[in-house]
Amino acid sequence: MNVIEVKNLVKKFDKVNAVNGISFSIEEGKITGLLGPNGAGKTTTIQMLLDIVTPTSGEIEFFGMSVKKDREKVLSKINFSSPYVALPYNLKVWENLMTFARLYNVKNPMKKIEELAKFFDIKDLLPKMTSALSTGQLTRVNLAKALLNDPKVLLLDEPTASLDPDIADKSIKLLKKFQKERNLTILYTSHNMQEIETLCDRVIFINHGKIVDDASPKELIKKYGRKDLNEVFLHIARKGDKK
Amino acid sequence: MRWHRIKALVIRQIYLNKKSFPRIMDLLFWPMMALFLWGFISMFLAQTDSSGLNIITILLGAVLLWHVVQEGQHSVAIAFLEDVWQKNLLNIFVTPVTLAEYISSTVIFGLLRLAVAGIVMTIVAWVFYSFNIFTFGFFLVPFVVNLLFFGWALGIFAISIILRYGSAANSFAWGLIFIIQPFTAVFYPVSILPKAMQYVAYALPSTHVFEGMRAVIATGALPMHNLILAILLNIIYFALVMTFFTKMFARIKRKGLLLKLD
Repeated sequence: MNVIEVKNLVKKFDKVNAVNGISFSIEEGKITGLLGPNGAGKTTTIQMLLDIVTPTSGEIEFFGMSVKKDREKVLSKINFSSPYVALPYNLKVWENLMTFARLYNVKNPMKKIEELAKFFDIKDLLPKMTSALSTGQLTRVNLAKALLNDPKVLLLDEPTASLDPDIADKSIKLLKKFQKERNLTILYTSHNMQEIETLCDRVIFINHGKIVDDASPKELIKKYGRKDLNEVFLHIARKGDKK
Repeated sequence: MRWHRIKALVIRQIYLNKKSFPRIMDLLFWPMMALFLWGFISMFLAQTDSSGLNIITILLGAVLLWHVVQEGQHSVAIAFLEDVWQKNLLNIFVTPVTLAEYISSTVIFGLLRLAVAGIVMTIVAWVFYSFNIFTFGFFLVPFVVNLLFFGWALGIFAISIILRYGSAANSFAWGLIFIIQPFTAVFYPVSILPKAMQYVAYALPSTHVFEGMRAVIATGALPMHNLILAILLNIIYFALVMTFFTKMFARIKRKGLLLKLD
């Protein structure tokens, strides 16, 4: 069953075509990587999925509902995390999480927060000010925030950016564990190809706002005759530049 | 509109405010300073004035009622600015929160702040200057409601301008109220103003409230035309600013600038 359907999505910023008529669908319970060089249109696509950026044209559906027409219903079933979007730093961690739990009308919010805090090993951080957290701790808090409403779909925009490899690896493993337990659907952008290779069932390559390939990491490596996904990325990105 | 989402945002404001020294200063210290300043000025004027006007009631009534506009405007504008400064707008609007719920939460939180400040200022004015705001009787209700609506309209206008022009317009959120103040005849009658300024003054709902307040002090009755004009102008301004705000929010979503507002 497809939980996300994107049809002919276009986004123009003045004269720049950031997203140029992309269409894709995403199956329930799968982790899909949205890859592409800087400025390829990944973040714009995610922001359109979240109704934070209005598409120039095209359709976006979650669970068969239009994000535009059924915004409240759709957004209550999905969530988002990005290191580039901060939580208020002058609130304690539990206050931030409690606010979002209340926004999603989570039943017994404190129990839910404690459950996620245990899972992401951030229990001792709950009484701390958000401003006092390290980048790694913030990432885990952000991931906990993104799972408060038991989302069916999670959109993650470079969640491990600026993390050291050890913390990034731990965060990814936790995420993968959670995804398996809950059959969560994840759309994931990252510049870390190794991470994408281990995590994703499928990869959608975008360049200059267009989908240039769409397959599993293994299939892509085989198709392009490369050693790993990093080389595939370089090949596709540079080929796109030459055009 | 869902109450649980409005409540979540109001409680978040309470968390933020109790930790913020500047917001606590805004709540009580600065309004209190204005009250003391105008209190002493009015005592001095009352000693030297022989016109028989109740200077203390006119000036302190104006200070307290002006604070209603100021708090209304600031509560909306500053709550929004805090989310801009903390890059938190995107986090808020990827939840099911609607614009109406977001604005309602700032308005409700503003009412809570106003209640706290209003009670303290009323007690201080009564203890130090024997001024009783309840001398306005039931007229106090339409005065406060109209001034609140005008303050909220100004706040929503200020955030619309920030949405349109970005952080360069931040000072506008703070300063808008001080641009309005000389025109709206808070401390003096409109007739004192030059003719050109009088046209601007009469176009503001708050002017009709302050003119009404002075009429109540002088005659004990509220001229109905003041009240009707204040309500009509408020309806017009509120409809206009909500349309403007909705358009500016749609524009920023179209341009993809919600995260780039700071």
